[in-house]
Amino acid sequence: MNAINDFVVRFANVNGSGSASANRLFARAILRMGVPVSARNIFPSNIQGLPTWFEVRVSEAGHRARRGGADLVVAMNPQTWEQDVAAIEPGGYLLYDSTKPLPASKFRTDVTVIGVPLTELCRSASWEAREHQILKNVAYVGALSALLDIDVAELDRLISEQFRGKARLVAPNLEALRMGREYALAHTPCPIGLRVARSSAAGDRVLLEGDSAAALGCVYGGATVAAWYPITPSTALAEAFGRYCRRYRVDPGTGRHRYAIVQAEDELAAIGVVVGAAWNGARAFTATSGPGISLMQEFIGLAYFAEVPAVIFDVQRGGPSTGMPTRTQQADLLSCAYASHGDTKHVLLFPEDPRETFEFAALAFDLADRLQTPIFVMMDLDIGMNEWLCAPLAWDDARRMDRGKVMAAAELEAGKPFARYRDVDGDGIPYRTYPGTHPTRGSFTSRGTTKDPQARYSEDGPVYVGNMQRLLRKFETAKRLVPEPVQRAAARPTRHGVIYFGSTAAAMLEAVEILERQGILLDAMRVRAFPFHESVRQFIAAHDRVFTVEQNRDGQLRMLLINEDGVDPSRLVPVLHYDGTPITARFIAREIASRFQVVGAVASGG
Amino acid sequence: MTYIPKPGFRHPGAAVNAIGYARRDYEGAVSTLCAGCGHDSISAAIVQACFELDLPPHRVAKLSGIGCSSKTPAYFLGQSHGFNGVHGRMPSMLTGANLANRDLIYLGVSGDGDSASIGLGQFAHCMRRCVNMVYIVENNGVYGLTKGQFSATADEGAVKKDGAVNPESPIDLVALALQLGATFVARSFSGDREQLVPLVKAAITHRGAAFIDCISPCVAFNNHAGSTKSFDYVREHNEAVNRLDVIVGRGEITAAYAPGEVEEIVQHDGSILRLRKLAAEYDPRDRVAAMTYLEERKAAGEIVTGVLYVAPDARDLHDHLETVETPLNQLGDEELCPGADALAAFNAGLR
Repeated sequence: MNAINDFVVRFANVNGSGSASANRLFARAILRMGVPVSARNIFPSNIQGLPTWFEVRVSEAGHRARRGGADLVVAMNPQTWEQDVAAIEPGGYLLYDSTKPLPASKFRTDVTVIGVPLTELCRSASWEAREHQILKNVAYVGALSALLDIDVAELDRLISEQFRGKARLVAPNLEALRMGREYALAHTPCPIGLRVARSSAAGDRVLLEGDSAAALGCVYGGATVAAWYPITPSTALAEAFGRYCRRYRVDPGTGRHRYAIVQAEDELAAIGVVVGAAWNGARAFTATSGPGISLMQEFIGLAYFAEVPAVIFDVQRGGPSTGMPTRTQQADLLSCAYASHGDTKHVLLFPEDPRETFEFAALAFDLADRLQTPIFVMMDLDIGMNEWLCAPLAWDDARRMDRGKVMAAAELEAGKPFARYRDVDGDGIPYRTYPGTHPTRGSFTSRGTTKDPQARYSEDGPVYVGNMQRLLRKFETAKRLVPEPVQRAAARPTRHGVIYFGSTAAAMLEAVEILERQGILLDAMRVRAFPFHESVRQFIAAHDRVFTVEQNRDGQLRMLLINEDGVDPSRLVPVLHYDGTPITARFIAREIASRFQVVGAVASGG
Repeated sequence: MTYIPKPGFRHPGAAVNAIGYARRDYEGAVSTLCAGCGHDSISAAIVQACFELDLPPHRVAKLSGIGCSSKTPAYFLGQSHGFNGVHGRMPSMLTGANLANRDLIYLGVSGDGDSASIGLGQFAHCMRRCVNMVYIVENNGVYGLTKGQFSATADEGAVKKDGAVNPESPIDLVALALQLGATFVARSFSGDREQLVPLVKAAITHRGAAFIDCISPCVAFNNHAGSTKSFDYVREHNEAVNRLDVIVGRGEITAAYAPGEVEEIVQHDGSILRLRKLAAEYDPRDRVAAMTYLEERKAAGEIVTGVLYVAPDARDLHDHLETVETPLNQLGDEELCPGADALAAFNAGLR
C-alpha cells in the first residue's frame, strides 16, 4: 500500500488509559504540517477499562467524514484484537506492542506487521510507574512519526505547548516520543508506504469540537444564563460555556461575572430556569440530549404558547437509558419538531460541523428573540465531541443582537398601544415587555393558551382559535428567517437528487464525488433548518427521485418533508444509517448505487 | 372562568404610601376562588405588605405553578408581570427570572400539591440554592381544583370530606426548608392577618430564600370535622413562638416593651425584624434548636407559627455566582460579545 496524505489510522485503546490525548497529539502534528486531518473518538459509556477507538483520517483532498476501513491499525487493546486486525485494508499495516510475543495465527499475512516493544521500552525509562501507561501512548506516536515521516519537531513543539506551565511533564513526554521513534527507525525501514508530506492544503483551517464551538457561539450570541443537567454528549458544551465565560465574560473592573450558570437538579429544572430567564429578558439556553428533551416536553410547550424565547442544544445520541449514550444519531428530529402536548411546532437548526454550530448557536438567540419561541440547535455526538477540520471561526464586529419586538418604557410612556398577544403587523409576532419596565403600562401575566390578545384569562373558543392561527402565521414567518438550504448541482442535469442534513454533510459530499465517478449524478441539497424553506419543495418537485440520507431508523427528516410539505412519499427514497457510528461516504455511495442497480436505472445522469 | 377587572375608581380620600400609591394600586383582578377561601386572605396580606413597604408594584414579579393557590397572582399586584407556569415548576422559572434581573422582587406563590408533591424536587433545590425570593405555600392539605384529593401535607389520620382517612405520613415543608438551607422560614395561618402581614413584609426584605408555609383552609373540601387544616382546628392548635413587627431602617421604634420580651434582628439591608417573644426560650437564629423545637411541638399536636428561623446575613444565589451588579438582561453587545479580534486569537489556538 502506498499513499501520501490520504489514509486512515485507527487506534484501538482501552478507555481511561490516557490514549486520547496522545492520539490528538498525532492528529494535530499532521495538521501542523499543513495536511487536512479529522479525528473521531468512538468510545464506550464508561470511565475505565472498556474498548475505545480513535480514528484519524488524513486527506489531502480535505474529506472530513469517516471513510470506512483502516489502512494502519495501532492495536493496543487485546480485547478487540481480532476485530481490529480484521478491519485493516488488504496491504495495510498493523502496529502493536511486541513486548509479549504473539503466535503467528494472531496475524494476517496480507498486512505488514510492525512490532514495537512499547511496554518494555517504557519499563527501561526512569518515570514513575503510574506514568508508564500514559507515556506508552506517546511512545507509539513517536514510532508513528518515524513510520509515517511526520516532522518530529512539530510533535516536540506541541508537547511543549500542551504542558506549558507544567514543565515537569515535558521531559518524560519528549523522552517517550524519542524512544518510540528511535526504535522504529532502528528496526523498520522508514517511512512505510503511508506517508505524510508537508502541504498547504489545510490552509488556515482549525481543529475544533462542536460542543466547544456551540459554547463559544453562546458567548458571542450574548447568552447570559445557562442551566443544564449533565448528560453525554452535551456535558462538554455546558462546561465549555463556563470556561469561555471565565475567559471572556469577567468584568475587568470588578472581577464579577457577566453570566450565570446553574447546574440544575434535572432537565425539567434546567429548561425551567431557561424559560424564566428568557421571559425576564436574558438570553438563556440549555444543552442536553434526547432523554433530556423528553423530560423538558411540558416546559417546551409552555414556552411555545407563552411565546418565550429559549435556545436548546440537542446533542443527539442513541437512547434511552443506558446503551448508546456515547454513539451518534440524528434520531430526535420528530421529538423536537413536535415537542410537547397540544398543537406545537418548533424551529430546528441543523449545523453541519463545529464551525456552522458556532454560527447557528449565535444565530439561535437572534431567532429566539425575533420569533419569541424555543429554537433547537440539532447537533449530534459526531459534531459535538469530535474534532473537525473547519474554516476558522469568523465574526462581524458590526453585528448587533436582534432582541426582536420588545417595547421599551419610552414607547409605553408615549402611549404606544401594547397588547402582549396581538399581531400588529401581520407576521404573527406580537410585542413583549420585560417585567419591571413601566409603572402602569405593559404588564401582563404569561400562561398557556387560555388568554386573549391582551393576555387576559380567556377560555373562549374563537379567541383560542385566533391565537392558534396567529402561531401558525408566526411559523410561516420563521421560514423566511431561518438559514436557507445549500445546493450543489451535479456536473450535468440529472433527474435524481439527494437531501441530507447535519453531520451527514461531510460523508455525503464525498459520496457524491464517488458516485459521480461511477456515472451516477445527483443534485444535492443540504437542509439547514425546519420549517423548510420554499426551495426544498421546489427541489423535490424538480427531480423524479430524491434520496433522503439520515442517521436514524425511521427516516425522520423524510417524515417531516412528507408531513409538512405534502411531498409524495414514493419520490423520497430513504438511505438510513443508525448503528451509532458516524455515517461514511462508502456507505452512502454503496447504498445509493445499489438502488440504481435494483431499478435498472441507466447511470448516465439522465 | 372569566377575567373580571376591578373598576379603576379610587376614593379621593384613600390613604397613599410614601411613593404615592394607594392600597388599591396593589390589588389585582376580582378573585374567582370560592367565597371564604383562605387564599384570598393571603392575597390581601400580600397587597397590604407591599403597600406598607412602599414597593413600586411593577418592580415585583410574581410567579406560580398550577392549582388554586397558583391562580391567586391574578388577584393581587395587577401592575406586576406574572407567570402562571407549569405544575410544580415555579421554583426553576423563578430562579431563571431572578438570574436575569436581580433588581426585581420575586414572589413565588405555590400550594401544597404544587410544592410538596409534583414540585418537591424544585422546592428543595430552590431553597438550597438560596434564590432571593419570597416563597409562599398556601397550604390547605388538599387538591382543590381537582376537587378534594389529599395532598402530601395532609396529616396522617386526617379525614377527607367523604370520610376516607389519610394513612400516609405528611411532608412538613417548614422542616424541609430548615434542613435544606432556607435563610428565612416562617409559618402562619391565613386566618391571622395580624401575624401574616408582617411575616410577608419580613420575607420581602430578607435577601435570600424566604419561605412561608401559610396554612390556608379550603372551605370547599377541607374545612370539616376531622380535617387538620380547617379554620377551627388551626385556631385551636396554633402556637405562635413570636409576633413580628418589621421596621425598615433604624430609629423608628416607638412602642415600649418590657425587657427580655423583645428580640431585634438586623438584616443585611439594615431592616430590623422586631420580635415579641411568646415562647421564652425560642431563638429564631438557632437553626438546629428550631428544628428540635418544631419536632417536639409537632409531636404534642401543636402547629407552631411565627418567624421560625432567620439568618440575618444570608447570601443569595447572585452572591454565590458572583454576578455583576447590573442585571444580566441589561447587558449589551459591548459587555457580552468578545469580538473578532478575540476570535482570531481563539482560532490561532486551534491549529
